[in-house]
Amino acid sequence: MSPSAGQAPPVDHALEDIEVDLFVRALKLRHGYDFSQYAPASLKRRVLQLVHSQHTGTISGLTHRVLHEPAFLPEVLEGLSVPVSEMFRDPEVFRALREQVFPVLASYPQINIWQAGCAHGQEVYSLAILLEEAGLYERTQIYATDFNEAALRHAQEGIYPAREAQLWSRNYLAAGGSHTLADYYSARYELIKLDQRLRRHVIFANHNLVTDEVFCEAHLVLCRNVLIYFSDPLQDRTLALFRDSLVRGGYLCLGTRESLDFAPSAIDFTPVNSALRIYRLGSRSEGVD
Amino acid sequence: MDAPRAIVIGCSAGGLSALEQLFAQLLPSLPQPIVVCCHTGSSTVDLMCELLARHSTLPVVEATERSTPLGGTIHVAPSGYHLLVEATGRFALSVDERVSFARPSIDVLFDSAAEAYGDALIGVVLTGANRDGAEGLACIRHHGGLAVVQDPGDAEAPTMPQAALELAGADHCLPLAAIGPLLNRLCLP
Repeated sequence: MSPSAGQAPPVDHALEDIEVDLFVRALKLRHGYDFSQYAPASLKRRVLQLVHSQHTGTISGLTHRVLHEPAFLPEVLEGLSVPVSEMFRDPEVFRALREQVFPVLASYPQINIWQAGCAHGQEVYSLAILLEEAGLYERTQIYATDFNEAALRHAQEGIYPAREAQLWSRNYLAAGGSHTLADYYSARYELIKLDQRLRRHVIFANHNLVTDEVFCEAHLVLCRNVLIYFSDPLQDRTLALFRDSLVRGGYLCLGTRESLDFAPSAIDFTPVNSALRIYRLGSRSEGVD
Repeated sequence: MDAPRAIVIGCSAGGLSALEQLFAQLLPSLPQPIVVCCHTGSSTVDLMCELLARHSTLPVVEATERSTPLGGTIHVAPSGYHLLVEATGRFALSVDERVSFARPSIDVLFDSAAEAYGDALIGVVLTGANRDGAEGLACIRHHGGLAVVQDPGDAEAPTMPQAALELAGADHCLPLAAIGPLLNRLCLP
């Protein structure tokens, strides 16, 4: 980034937009992955990052490899999903789940939770820990899904950089954890590995919110900071998918800055904690509470 | 450049007091939306919005996902998310990797706003202790937008405006006290 790096040739942004379009079409036609309903600004940033990291020079160079090198696909999907999260991100949300949602879940003999877009699994383990501490985990089944196979493998391993542990430990306590996070992982060199016993009630599975249908009957769906990457129609379609997956009175938890103002399907959900984006299936008039 | 349709502002260390000063100078009749990316250590920008609103002539709100920025309103990027402007002019959020250790990143906001508004955009880089915003400001200029940089000698932390000047250059390099009047002139012809 130094100014002495020399002047790059001017970028033709209109041409780039055409190239992004062609790249998205190639991915869909060749491999069946449809990113056409992703929010364009972020998608373009990710595509340009791939051009940079894969040294393809142009977006068209990336498209060429997508078309002609089947083995290249996983790297592209990894680059386009950019799964970034942390354990107990927004601790107050996990606290609210524990205090406001778990007591209701406790009334079910079997609890199904769908973590949609689980990425590298930090929230899956966070959830498992809180359920364990609430005494609910033995009758819980967590379905953790993502369209990115590499991310799913990463999530199953539960190995993360040790430098994250300090922040995550603070988050855990702020979320109302009753031990210390260190009780749930072992540290080695620069890495921590989550206790694999936490995985005993987790099924990791490939599911694409863009193209796949209802996945399970859930009492709680967690899908935080995934829909922010979707266009209005795809966000709406996905909310309808969650509605059809949830039992009556089931809970939906989204990211704390997500907006449902442009999704007609939002009418099927009633806020339980609107600041933290926790909803319940059913309209107010039906008296879900 | 066309009549400006929006103003984007980036700052970091020393940013809060710089913004307080700047927003006290703006005319309440400014018709453009103003979008601010200020690095803070805190987990929300609620307090920042409240503090800024005390001095500001214009309303200060947190930018909300999918909404269209309102004219004559200051929108602050939420903490922990990148804030982008789509070609439709609406806000989008992302939790992609930090850019230059920052999320929200000024570069991400500026790049996307440059594409959305083209040459009808004013980019402002104020005080800060890192280099975020320099590439974004270059992108704004590349699209024909106007670049305003706080005089590094006048900034509480000179690194950020200095980096912006070195990488992007500026149409106006001024002390903070002159930036508000300039924006008023540019936006209310």
